[in-house]
Amino acid sequence: MKKQLSAPFSEADIRELSAGDQVYLSGTVYTGRDAAHKRLVNMLDNGEKLPVDLNGQAIYFVGPCPAPPGRPIGSAGPTTSGRMDAYSPRIIAECGLRAMIGKGDRAQSVKDAMKEYGCVYFAATGGAGALIAKAIVKAEVVAFDDLGPEAIYKLELDNLPLVVAIDAKGNSLY
Amino acid sequence: MKIIAFDAIKNAVSEMCGKAACDLPSDVLDALKNGEKKEKSERGKDFFAQYLQNAEIARTERLPLCQDTGFAVFFIEMGNQVVLDRGTVREAVNEGVREGYKKYFLRKSIVADPLFDRKNTFDNTPAVIHLDQVEGDKLHIILAPKGGGSENMSALRMLKPSEGRAGVVDFVVNSVINAGGNPCPPTIVGVGIGGTMEYAAYMAKKALLREVGKPSHDPRYADLEAEILEKINVSGVGPQGLGGDTTALAVHIEFHPCHLASMPVAVNLNCHAARHAEVIL
Repeated sequence: MKKQLSAPFSEADIRELSAGDQVYLSGTVYTGRDAAHKRLVNMLDNGEKLPVDLNGQAIYFVGPCPAPPGRPIGSAGPTTSGRMDAYSPRIIAECGLRAMIGKGDRAQSVKDAMKEYGCVYFAATGGAGALIAKAIVKAEVVAFDDLGPEAIYKLELDNLPLVVAIDAKGNSLY
Repeated sequence: MKIIAFDAIKNAVSEMCGKAACDLPSDVLDALKNGEKKEKSERGKDFFAQYLQNAEIARTERLPLCQDTGFAVFFIEMGNQVVLDRGTVREAVNEGVREGYKKYFLRKSIVADPLFDRKNTFDNTPAVIHLDQVEGDKLHIILAPKGGGSENMSALRMLKPSEGRAGVVDFVVNSVINAGGNPCPPTIVGVGIGGTMEYAAYMAKKALLREVGKPSHDPRYADLEAEILEKINVSGVGPQGLGGDTTALAVHIEFHPCHLASMPVAVNLNCHAARHAEVIL
């Protein structure tokens, strides 16, 4: 059974999902990779207001290709999530993040935070950047423009195929 | 003597950058089609279907197969009768990368300093260039754009010669299993055995260029490739690391004479979107 979901999420939406569920995700998500995460956590350390409100939101770990003429975005598959393990627990705990999208396993500290605060980890299909780009209907840079492909984008999705790889109950497919 | 124009190299490289990013080579496509048939897990089969659909979209709509359009890695053989009308091969290749990554809307993934500022060079240069001199009047250029996700799962160990064949099997198999879903499996596993530390790594990368699944010319190494592939695939890591029968599509081993005290073994992985392009000038 493939579920249709829309971001942002409530805690109840997230707690209902189980590892192995196949999902088509629509709605709005933000992008972020290591460089953006590092800046966000530095801002939290300094008590600054973040450039995006992540409460109830999803972060997609992606650094897209530039948009060719007539398209909202270039290829946009997931990057390795493990590089965000150092930052994700704080973003989940302090910002209310409800979902992450990436590829590959996560650290125990991330899984613990997901369970405690109610957050889910979706696997997108690594190496299928062209296919995924077709499910992104709108893209705009909303923060850290100077980071180029690592800037934070706001994406509007239309049925992005995902698998729940780690749920908020502590179950994992890895 | 044969004169090749600097601009001819630059233009050829620029075109190769676009082609390599969007056109999956036919041997890789065949390996994916074959993998889809053999894969028994339903989720795994679904991923194979997505890979093939992705390749079709990339080819027809000229979108890169993967957003990580990679470090531009070149293997170049320059005939000893070839001279350039100006500049060096290295300069011409970097000019071509600069132009191609812009022209074809490829991602610029290179940072100038690895440790401190990590500022993007915004033109994907410098390229990594392995330049070799051979007999003849041709310039043979292979581009293999290398993504970071699979490159990060590389491994190198200086084994003791006494660890032998079993030591090599263990090291390679464990390296691939420990990589899990990070390198976008099913991968192509490049292995370099022998030489020195850096030469083993070079061979491991070069092994990725071989036609997918073509066995080593040496039957002993061909046997070893088959055994390692089987052991990797019974692990069940599977496509995307989410379970299945296909964790690797092929194992390619290159080997070289080495010091009597050493047995270097290097492992370099390529994701299922194993890209390369080739031109002879």
